[in-house]
Amino acid sequence: MSAISIRTRRILKNRAFLALCLFSTSATILILALLIASIMVQGSYFLFNSDALSAVFAHGELSQLTKIIRWEFLTNFASRFPEKAGIYAAVIGSLWVCAICALLALPLGIGTAIYLEEFAPKNRWTALVDFNIRNLAGVPSIVYGILGLTAFTRMFGLFGSDKNSALSFGPDNAWWHIQLPFGQGLLAGGLTLMLVVLPIVIISSREALRAVPSSLRQASLAIGATPWQTASKITLPAAIPSILTGAILAMSRAMGEAAPLLVIGIPVFIANTPDNLNDNFTVLPFQIFNWAGRPQESFHQLAASAIVVLLIALICFNGVAVYLRQKLRKPLA
Amino acid sequence: MSAISAKAASSAVELARKGVTRSRSARDAWEFVIRGLLGGTALISIAITVGIISILLRETIAFIQLPEIELTDFLFGTTWSPLLGAEKHFGIWPLICGTFLVSIVAAMTAIPLGLITAIYMSEYATARKRAILKPIIEILAGVPTVVYGFFALLVITPALQGACNFLFGTPIFSGYNAGAAGIAVGIMILPIVASLSEDAMQSVPRSLREGAYALGSTKFDVSVKVVTPAALSGIMASCFLAITRAIGETMVVALAAGGLAHMTLNPADQVQTMTAYMVQIFLGDAPAFGVENLSSYAVAMVLFLVTLVLSIIGNILLNRYREVYE
Repeated sequence: MSAISIRTRRILKNRAFLALCLFSTSATILILALLIASIMVQGSYFLFNSDALSAVFAHGELSQLTKIIRWEFLTNFASRFPEKAGIYAAVIGSLWVCAICALLALPLGIGTAIYLEEFAPKNRWTALVDFNIRNLAGVPSIVYGILGLTAFTRMFGLFGSDKNSALSFGPDNAWWHIQLPFGQGLLAGGLTLMLVVLPIVIISSREALRAVPSSLRQASLAIGATPWQTASKITLPAAIPSILTGAILAMSRAMGEAAPLLVIGIPVFIANTPDNLNDNFTVLPFQIFNWAGRPQESFHQLAASAIVVLLIALICFNGVAVYLRQKLRKPLA
Repeated sequence: MSAISAKAASSAVELARKGVTRSRSARDAWEFVIRGLLGGTALISIAITVGIISILLRETIAFIQLPEIELTDFLFGTTWSPLLGAEKHFGIWPLICGTFLVSIVAAMTAIPLGLITAIYMSEYATARKRAILKPIIEILAGVPTVVYGFFALLVITPALQGACNFLFGTPIFSGYNAGAAGIAVGIMILPIVASLSEDAMQSVPRSLREGAYALGSTKFDVSVKVVTPAALSGIMASCFLAITRAIGETMVVALAAGGLAHMTLNPADQVQTMTAYMVQIFLGDAPAFGVENLSSYAVAMVLFLVTLVLSIIGNILLNRYREVYE
């Protein structure tokens, strides 16, 4: 009798735990759904034209179809008046600064990963570098902002103050016009974001390289290829799909970061897009932060609309990552 | 047998080398240059660490040497009022307390949910369900933190206020509060807990599970009494790394937790975290130089040290489980 009851109890416990598992897993999914729904609801006001919406869906006037989206939200600059405000400067700034960040972080990160996986001897120094990188990944992004502020925006005060630069290269109207120190310009922003994502790029690239079967390396070395020939012609091509996936994830992190750029002092309101590498810029997450922090309801709606745009951009990024992974993946060994 | 084949391979390498004798020195030089360049990129990560530590140290020392600052007051003081009033106080503990409160709420949200989700994915779910679930949870990790700040301020806070109003007749939670910020940070770090713990559980050898089943265990027994203890160091590593992220999180607390630094453990109150104070200073509420500005570097130093220690512990734990099972 008691044996049966113990058995029933254990089975019941098992079922109860499964129910708990299902509950907590669905809670996680529900939270995600709630997050997206609340932002869509709040963001729809400035993203869509209600007149055009009702014209198309209630009256079937298909000529109004392109007017459903309020394009001026994407093409206007920020404004004190919510009805006139847009995210043009922030979108362009985000794209610029992410491009610069990618151009700097990817070569450095992938280079470090290749060195550590393919060249470095396994000794205490390598272990230290490895440990250092993994702890850098845990450093808060705002601390990288402080490094960026001192090293790039002010350049340790070596070239005068950031407001009144001592050195400049190139004509003012050229895109490669650079001043030292970098001030709050695109180059300072890109370099600061590079600091934030570099550990992520290194770690994901190393994992990608480690996943390449060592038989490929050994075969290459056995027929007389040098370590660099092996790395550049055998290991790297085999690891590229995973490296790219990691790189795109790192870039989406860069695109969503506001804290380090806030520390280097990028402006909130800006009425032109950057002309050169030293020009001021603002980014989408910082614009969202500014709007969400204001007391008025309509600015909250603007923030939600900007979030929708940011999330769509990130989804496109990740879509590209998934596509590349599928397309480039070749069976190995 | 293997010795013979190794000998054969090495003589094959020798033969191959003889065929390219003329270009060998050029090739070796090129190889040397490449190795140097790649090694140089690896040194950058060391330079970053050295840069962070030296800048923070320099400014923190400058801060401590200011005539109005006493080191004991900074390290043990319980009043933080750098911007208000005639008499300024720089005792770090209110900021640590605020950071701690937000992180505790975040951990209490993320660890139970994340751990149970990890057990479900690793032990209960079919391969197909796991293939759907894992990307969904990873979406949560890809959402920018400022979005969680928006969520905390404009969805979680009103929801908490509404619920308390319904239950107790008063909203209890203030417009800015540690609870909502903590819950949002918890949702943000949930994927770290879930995904790293699941990895740790997946690397527990099958034989342990099979042994337990053979003794008549239910799935519950196996997952809670066998797999979880076996994966414990990995699970703890995931918790440490997640809490490190929570402590360093900036945009959520800057938006939703408020700006009043005081000693409280009440999640319904507004608090100021270390990161939120730095945001306040760098957004330009204080002059660019002087005591307020320097104080933000001292706060950054404390923040850096706390996260560094936690992340070192997390990585040591992670190494340990990798050594055991991989």
